[in-house]
Parts: sequence; C-alpha cells; structure tokens
Amino acid sequence: MAFSFPTFVRPGARRAIAGVALALLALLAGAPLAAFALVPADVAPLAADDFDAKSAAIDKLIANHDKESVAVLKALSEDSALATDAGAVLLQDGDAARDAVTGKTVAAGDAQPVTLNNLLRSKVAGALSGLQLDSPDRATREAATAALLRNPDPAIKPLVDAARAKETDPALKKRLDTLWAMTALHDADPARRLEAVQLVAARHDLDMNELLRPLVAKKPDGSFNEADERIRAAAQSGIDELDAIQRRSQIAGTLFAGLSLGSVLLLAALGLAITYGLIGVINMAHGEFLMIGAYATYVVQNLFQRYAPGAFDWYPLLAVPASFAAAGLVGIVLERLVLKHLYGRPLETLLTTFGISLILIQATRMLFGAQNVQVVNPAWMSGGVTVLPNLILPYNRLAILAFSLIVVGIAWTVLTKTRLGLFVRAVTQNRRMAACVGVKTARVDSYAFAFGAGIAGLGGCALSQIGNVGPDLGQSYIIDSFMAVVLGGVGQLAGTVIGGFGLGLVSKAIEPFWGAVLAKIAVLVLIVLFIQKRPQGMFALKGRSAEA
Amino acid sequence: MTSATSSPHVGTAGSRAAAGRGADSGFALGLPPRPALLSRRAWLALIALIIVFGLGVPFATLVVPETSPLHLSAYAMTITGKFMCYAIAALALDLVWGYCGILSLGHALFFALGGYAIGMYLMRSIGHDGKYGSDLPDFMVFLDWHQLPWYWQGTQHLGYALLLVVLVPAVVAWVFGFFTFRSRVKGVYLSIITQAMTFAAMLLFYRNETGFGGNNGFTDFKRIGGFPITHAGTRTALLLITFAVLILAFIGARAIVTSKLGRVVTAVRDGETRLMFLGYSPLAYKLFVWTVSAVLCGIAGALYVPQVGIINPGEMSPGNSIEMAIWVAVGGRGTLIGPIVGAFAVNGAKSFFTANFPEYWLFFLGLIFVLVPLFLPNGIMGLIDIVTRKRNRS
Repeated sequence: MAFSFPTFVRPGARRAIAGVALALLALLAGAPLAAFALVPADVAPLAADDFDAKSAAIDKLIANHDKESVAVLKALSEDSALATDAGAVLLQDGDAARDAVTGKTVAAGDAQPVTLNNLLRSKVAGALSGLQLDSPDRATREAATAALLRNPDPAIKPLVDAARAKETDPALKKRLDTLWAMTALHDADPARRLEAVQLVAARHDLDMNELLRPLVAKKPDGSFNEADERIRAAAQSGIDELDAIQRRSQIAGTLFAGLSLGSVLLLAALGLAITYGLIGVINMAHGEFLMIGAYATYVVQNLFQRYAPGAFDWYPLLAVPASFAAAGLVGIVLERLVLKHLYGRPLETLLTTFGISLILIQATRMLFGAQNVQVVNPAWMSGGVTVLPNLILPYNRLAILAFSLIVVGIAWTVLTKTRLGLFVRAVTQNRRMAACVGVKTARVDSYAFAFGAGIAGLGGCALSQIGNVGPDLGQSYIIDSFMAVVLGGVGQLAGTVIGGFGLGLVSKAIEPFWGAVLAKIAVLVLIVLFIQKRPQGMFALKGRSAEA
Repeated sequence: MTSATSSPHVGTAGSRAAAGRGADSGFALGLPPRPALLSRRAWLALIALIIVFGLGVPFATLVVPETSPLHLSAYAMTITGKFMCYAIAALALDLVWGYCGILSLGHALFFALGGYAIGMYLMRSIGHDGKYGSDLPDFMVFLDWHQLPWYWQGTQHLGYALLLVVLVPAVVAWVFGFFTFRSRVKGVYLSIITQAMTFAAMLLFYRNETGFGGNNGFTDFKRIGGFPITHAGTRTALLLITFAVLILAFIGARAIVTSKLGRVVTAVRDGETRLMFLGYSPLAYKLFVWTVSAVLCGIAGALYVPQVGIINPGEMSPGNSIEMAIWVAVGGRGTLIGPIVGAFAVNGAKSFFTANFPEYWLFFLGLIFVLVPLFLPNGIMGLIDIVTRKRNRS
C-alpha cells in the first residue's frame, strides 16, 4: 500500500495522517501485510475463461489490496498480465515476466494475455482509483473520488471505508461519504443501509435513480428486494424528490426552449410587423433579409479570421451593424425599385416579393454556393451555464434572448422617441391625414421598410449563432414569423413581442407530447381558432383605421 | 368581364340612376345584361379544338408509326397531360382569385389531396406485383405494418377513390373556408393562412406515421382500372380524359361566373363590405366558390398522378402553390382562358429553362413574379386585349 512506504509521505505535514492510517490499517479486516500473501488459487481464475470467476477473483484482489494484489490489478489494467495454460498468472515487465504469486522471474513462453470484458475493465479501473483514495496528494484523492463517483463498484467498499475514516478535508470527506453510501446500499447492516440511502438521496443527482430504484422494486416472488421498510420509504422519498427535480428541470427547459425560439421569431417578426402595419405589404422576401444578415455575419467573421484573428472574439460587434446595414440596404433598394409601384395592390405585392425572394436565394446560391456555410461562435458564446443537474442553458441562446430584447428596446425607442417614429406611427394610423399635414409618406415608407429589413438582418445575425447558415435559411422562419404577426396584431410592437414569445412557448410546450410536426399543425389550428375570436389579433388597432 | 359596381339587387323601380344605366325601357332593375356562356365564335373555336385534339391525339400516338416525326412520343404526351392538369388547377385558382378576390396560396394542397386519393387506389392496384409481393403497399411492409390503416379501406375500388378525389378536398376546403371566412379573414391575411395550411399539411405528409409513404410518397404504379398504366392506349385515354375535364371545367367555371351567383361573387371581390350593407351574407357565396375551386384542383391532381407516375409531399410545398398563382397572373386573372394560357406558358418556359439553363430558371421565375405585376397587370390576356383594341382603332 502506498502510504505504508514512508518515502511517499512528505515529512511533517502528513505525518499525523500517516500515523492514523497506519493504526487503522491494523484494524482492517484480515488484510494480510506479509509478503507474497497471494496463493495460486487466488489468481488461477484469471487464467481461466469464466468471467464470473474472474470478477470474484478481482474482488478478492481488491479486498486484499496488498502489494502483490495491487501489482496484479495494475498489470490487468495495463494489459500486461499473462496467463499460462497451467493456471499461473505472469506479470509482464518489459521483456521479462515474473510469477504473480511467487515473484520469481520466469519465461513467458506461450502465455496468453488475460482477457477482460468491459465490466471487468471498469472494475479494475475503479479498484485502482480506490487505491489512490489514500494518496497523500489531495488532488490525486479528489480525482480518484470523482472517478469513483461516476462509476461506483461495491467491490471497492473496503478501500472507501478506509479512506473515509482518515479523510480530513471536509469537502472531500463529504464526497467520500456519498461514495461510501453508493457502495454501502447493499451492506448487511440495515442501519448502514438506511444511512447510505439517505446520503445517496441527498445528492440530488438524477443518475442516483438507477441506484435507488432497485431498492423499492419487487423480486419475481413478490417480496421486496429490500426487506427493511424504513429503508424502502427513504429510498422512495429519494426517488420522488429526484422525479420532482426532473420535472422541474424539464419545465424550466421547455420554458427556456420556448423563450429561445420566441426570441428568434420575434427578431424575424418585428420588421414584418412594422412594414405590414405601415404599408399593408406582406413581404414574402422578409425571410431573405434574415439570410442576408446571416451571410453578412459570415463575411465579417471571415474578414476577422483573415485580418484580425486576435480580435476574433469581438467580431459580433462589427457583424451586428454590418448585418443591419446589408439587409437595410437591400430593403431600401427593393422598396424604391419595385414595391413603391405596387402600393394599394397587396396581393400582387405578395407575389412580387415572393419572386424577389426566389431571386435573392438563387443569387446567394451562386455567390456563396448551395452548401451551408460555417459561422463559428466567438469563445465567450460557446458553453453554457448549468442551472439544474440536467439543464444547461447555452450562452449563445442566452445572448440571443438578451439581444432580441435589446432590439425590441431599440425599435420601441425609434418608434416612440424619434421624429421618424412619430411619422411612421402617423402614417400607420392615417396615411392621408399624415400626408395632409406635411409628412412625406413615400419617404417614410422607404425608411420604415429599410428599418424593418435591417431588424430582420439583425435577426439573421442572431440566427447565424445558433443554426445553419444556408440560402434557404429564411424560408424556414417566414411562416412562423407571419403567424407571430397574425397572432399579435398588426403594427403593434407589444403584440409582436407577445405573439413571438407566445408562439415559441406554445410550440415548445406541445412538442414533447406530440412531436415537432404535430405541434406545428396544432399551433396553426389554434391560430385559426384564435382569429375566430379576435380577427385583428390580440392587440388590435383601435379606431376607424381598422377596416378599409 | 363586368366591373361590378354593385347595382342594388332589387332597386326601386323609379331609381333614376338605375334606369339611366339600364336597358332601353323606362322600367328596369338596372342590372346590366349577363354575358352569354360563350360567344358564337368561341363555341365554334372550342368545337374545332375538341375535334382536332380528340381525333388528332389518338391518331398521332396509336396510328402514326413511331419513326414518323408526326408521332406523339410518350414524353410529349406526359408533358401535355401535365400541363393540362396544371391548367385545370390554374383555372380553379382563377375562380377564387380572379372572381372572388381570394388569393389562395394553398391550392397545391387540394391538388395533392386529389393526387393522393387516386394514388391510394393506384398503390392498391399494384397488388402482388410490388417488391415484397404483399397485399399491403410496399412502404407499409417496409414500415412493418401488418394491416391497412382505416382510411385505406375500400381504396381498392376505383369508384370509391374517385369519390375521395372529390370529397376530401371538398371537406378540407369547406371546413377551412367556413372558419376563416366566417371570421372575415381576408386579403393578405387569408393568403398567409392558406400558405400555412399547406405547409402544415406538407409536414404531416412527410411523416411516415401518417400512412402515405412519407418522403417518397406513392410511385411505381402498375395499372389503372385493369389497364397497364404505361401502355400507349392507356396514356392516350388518360390524356383525352384530362382534355375533356379541362374543357368541362372551363365551361363549368364560365357558367358559374356568368350566373347570378357569379355576379354576387364578383361583387364580393370588388366591395365585400358594401355587399354586406346591401343585405347579402358573403359567407355562403365565398364558401361555394372556394369549395368548387378546391374540388376542381383535386380533380386536376387526380389526373396528374397517373400520368406523371408519382406523388409526394413536395407537391404541397408552399412554393408550388405560389407558382400556381403566377400561372394565373401571367395569363391574366379573371379571364378563365388566361390561366390556361398562363399555365402552358410558364410551364413551357420552365421545361425549356430546366433543360437548357437550370441555374437561371429561378432567376427567370423570380423576374416573372416581379415584372408581370409591374408591367402586365392583366397578363397575356390583357396584352392581347390592348393589341386588338389598337388594331380595331386603326
């Protein structure tokens, strides 16, 4: 054993521990300290083919954990244990081999490596970790504990018992307690079992379900696996608690997924709501503004990769304005060249904008290729924050959620606090009257359209951080964002926010039960039913402007 | 086409405005005379076309030897049949868009529903000739299903399948239309909702569990009504049936739009609110035209599938629906003949481009979408109108 060699112990600091450990060592049940305590019968099963017998033999080696047994275990883990036909186990050391029991150097001859299956391999690995539990180095002990917690094997219980008794570090001690509990669930002593169950349940780790469930299960003959009722009750309450945690994190996960989808829909729908409210134009090419924003982000990312790799983490700072500008520019060109001539003919505009979306998609395909392009998250956006044991919120989705709220804030500010916003609202409410009092409605239309397109570009920039960027990017979001606008009511910022998040939440809430496709259909049916009640959406414009 | 300035339904006899605009007698309801079903010349042209096509096609496919340049190849027949099916669908769309002001972006759904209905029959009539030699269609064997889902019951009978071709689109359209028209969803809103409807249906049909072959849909048909489906005679018959349906659909649609009912429908397009103030409830009129249009579209789909030999969910993609709208727009909406011309023109161009410049087809299609509404708001028919008017003036 490692600590039985004084050279391993740093003078002074560890002396007290070593003393306690040595004293305890003597108490350990029948662990023989004499040299060459192994007998041929101990290792003989390893040379045979029966894996159950091998498992038992390894258990015994672990229980012994003297120098020779440890050497065998090490050899097993390194695949350097050989078995002879006679049933002896040889430990290979370079070219030489020595007998595991006698320690004599022998010729390897025709000895074959001892075969292990995965189960036995992890058992041996666990045992070696267990042996490190009494390493003098805290980091080594910590790593060993962590390894064992992942894969606890009742066979290493003696080692855990020993380590637990002498551990002084409170944090490690707590973990060791858990580890002990996991190995002691089937201890002969009911009191220990009870304590073990309570400790295991207190971990609040969903993997513990696997350990607790067998305790409350029944054997085929109808009797319980666990005879003691108190232990069963403790195990059951532990399971219930774990179930509750699981439910909570599922609900939280669904909520987050819904908000995340909602934030994307919101970014896509915001510009749509503004232009539709203002000009009465449903822009089928709106999804392509998303795509343009995403490709602008891709271009900026590539420029950073080539010219400023050191500042790569900050490329979104430039990508955001670039995507706004790119989409806004295309938007204003479109409005000036085409849409302006079609005002008052909404159905034709629908077709025209669809044609424009076809042209934009095909142009992108020819410029960037039909394949998806790679947009890499900056380092600070990868990874996530662990909220609950099985719920990790990725940073990129959190960033987009925050980003969408900021964009809504900006849009709100522009619409309510600026002169342009005032004009936009005036024209939305009553175009003729606004024109009469001197608002240049045509120019307002252009700017508002560019603004809406720019916001979609921002949405594309956000989308590039969580999904694939390809020529068809816009197509997959366009229908959903229309639905968000329909749901929220036209020309209403608040409506679009509620519509976007509402749609995202409802879709994600239905998805676990019915699957993504049926969820989409259900949402559509819900929307059709919803507009039965509120044909103008949730937040209808009040007044006479409602119907032309 | 009459520009329905909605004269009162039962105007007071003495109404001067009505009388002024009305017929020669002093006592008139003020209704402009309804146009005839077809003009004399149109009848003659139609009959001539029927004779030429009805005799020419069987002659060119069955009698003329294959080596002759006059022989109608299988490819040419398929493509003609396909275009005629598209023309029927475009006609159906014109009925709702051109005359009722409802721009449906979901007509591909009805087209595909009709196609799937006949496809079920075609799958069943493969019998044991499939890859697995089972009673069930191959894809069901592949999915490890052991019996037909309930909605496949009875589809081995052609008559029942034809009934489904009519009923399924009708029911779907009626239910959808009832709920949306009742809540007075219209204009672009309605267009978007119809698009979402076909999109949702497409997703549904893509699922294997829905029981319609998932991704691959139905294909590999062997026979229809006992006749081998690839045989020249069968194909000729199918082509002639398609032609007959196209003619009947045109006459039927013309009968609807020239009827009194058609006049109310046109009034819905031009001033729904005003029509309501006059005491009409537009719901029933809209529903009627909408459902007829859906059924017509379903029949077009049912004729399409046996000739083309495949139906899959891609057929209901929103893009396909919008393409239908462009056929109508190119031909000239509200003319009935225009959509037929448009369907042939656009699809002819599509065949030409995809064969010669596949990359530029989407550009071209996109440009049609942009340029036609801008410069040709009444489509090809509008162009012909302008040309003939100019010629008459000179």
